[in-house]
Amino acid sequence: MTDSMTYSASGQSDRLIPLAAQHPGATPDEIMTIAASRLLEDGKVLFAGIGQPLVAAAIAKRRQAPHLTVLLEGGMIGIELMPGELPASTNEVRAAVGAQMLTGATDIFLMAQRGYFDYGFIGAAQIDQHGNVNTSVIGDPAKPSVRLPGPGGANDIASMCNQVVIVTQHEPRRFVERVDFVTSPGFLTGGTSRQDSGLLHGGPRWVVTDLALLDFAPDSRRMRVRALQTGVTLGEVRAATGFELLVHDQLDELPPVEDAELAVLRHLIGGSQEGGREASR
Amino acid sequence: MSARLATPGVEAARAELEVRGVETGDKLMSAAEAVRRLVPNGSVIGVGGTNHARTPMALLIEVLRQGRIGLTMTRPLSCFEAELMLAAGMADRLMTSWVGIGHGWGLAPVLRHLVENGQATFEEWSHLGIGLRYKAGAMGIPFLPTTSMLGSDIDRQLHLAKVTCPYTGQLLNAVPSLNPDVALVHVQRADTFGNAQIDGYQLMDADLVLAARRVIITAEEIVSADEFRSDPARTVVPGFAVDAVVHQPMGAYPHECYGYYEADLDQFTAYMQAVKGGGIDGARAFVTELIAHPDHDAYLASIDPTRLAALRRTAQEMLPR
Repeated sequence: MTDSMTYSASGQSDRLIPLAAQHPGATPDEIMTIAASRLLEDGKVLFAGIGQPLVAAAIAKRRQAPHLTVLLEGGMIGIELMPGELPASTNEVRAAVGAQMLTGATDIFLMAQRGYFDYGFIGAAQIDQHGNVNTSVIGDPAKPSVRLPGPGGANDIASMCNQVVIVTQHEPRRFVERVDFVTSPGFLTGGTSRQDSGLLHGGPRWVVTDLALLDFAPDSRRMRVRALQTGVTLGEVRAATGFELLVHDQLDELPPVEDAELAVLRHLIGGSQEGGREASR
Repeated sequence: MSARLATPGVEAARAELEVRGVETGDKLMSAAEAVRRLVPNGSVIGVGGTNHARTPMALLIEVLRQGRIGLTMTRPLSCFEAELMLAAGMADRLMTSWVGIGHGWGLAPVLRHLVENGQATFEEWSHLGIGLRYKAGAMGIPFLPTTSMLGSDIDRQLHLAKVTCPYTGQLLNAVPSLNPDVALVHVQRADTFGNAQIDGYQLMDADLVLAARRVIITAEEIVSADEFRSDPARTVVPGFAVDAVVHQPMGAYPHECYGYYEADLDQFTAYMQAVKGGGIDGARAFVTELIAHPDHDAYLASIDPTRLAALRRTAQEMLPR
């Protein structure tokens, strides 16, 4: 299982960013989660998933976005997290704690289709230059070398939320020229192809990784480096990407992880992920 | 070519209902009897709940115990119950948006083995795709339009038909209804006529019940019809849509039932260890051990009672107060 585990969106890594400028104790997963949390503005509505997305949302709620409404595909709206008691699934009682509303699972996605959700967070086993995400199969879909779990709610989130944020580790085998299977549509083949397919709204806004923050160029809809994680070079980002990246004219560097951010994150996770009650979908 | 219909469409489901009529009487029976009567070989089974929430485990284990072949399991999100049916050779087809054991345990190993070797079919839909299939089935119409799956390879693989809105010209996917042969649904409370309440998140179960051609309900508690009349807005399943009611405390164990007990993650670990050690044979051995108990109560009696009490306590502690 070891090999396939690393393909799951949940793959844990013990690789530390070996850079003095970044917070010395922060793992790549923590850096990524904190970078994602900073994108969330107060007063917005977020469709989250288990693992990093939910932790990022909880950090944001404890910092810049106390009025962020967080909801999950299980039908829970306006949830709060119990530190140290993070849910193992978007469909369980720990994910319902503090909810303002419990509704049907179909209803949640219909609200997404209606346009109520500002952000949608998803993970990726593979992502390509146009932000298409694969969580279905590695290899030939007719005879896959790895059968992955499937979209869960991610296809609908990617199709329907106003701004889609993809949070994933930056590795060449994840960042591929063309995904083996489009589970969750990004900008498809670029240009206007997303709209042409009937998806009139949304699309990937940000890709957050342990190395960089990326967005998509306006016309070509190709992935573009917007900012580097603290102490990371553009060369390192390129080396971890399996296709040619565009670079924003004003390439920024993200501020390093703060002690306070790390403390909130670790307080939230507590002992609840020992042995792994789960990772992201 | 358009998406293959797994079951007769809504018109056939309605015609069947007109011939046999609805069942409004007392329908309390054992799980064994309900499965014997209502789950034949080759059934398309709509499995209630999602992932590890309110999974009708007592009924699924009874299906394993009685042995069926050629089953298709439909569920928006599937957990290791799907693996058990596949490993035992009873199901060879899943219609779902996701199959996993629960995060932290990695990918579903039996599913991987069988699908990667072409021995089982994973018919992949979006989560809303499954939801709208049930909803169309529940509404008695043959399809519902949606933006779900547009542009994706899920769409391409399913050959979903497109519709153009007659008013605006907007392009949409036409998701066909799904009327499963039988729905297995676990709820917190039912009366003997099949009226049922679901506490907490409803998931897709009310639509699944109305869409399905036959319905078996298991309930943590059987309460009097008068109790339902005292708070009728909480009834989400009408008795006339139900064919069998089974009283089964902890009927979702080792999965969770909101307000009653949390999932027993030790059992997930036990399953994964069985598969890690023995592959698909390990999963089969796990099934053999499960079905050796004569019924669900006997299975529960084999579990450390302090463990079960702790799962009940934490579930209650997490209720709103």
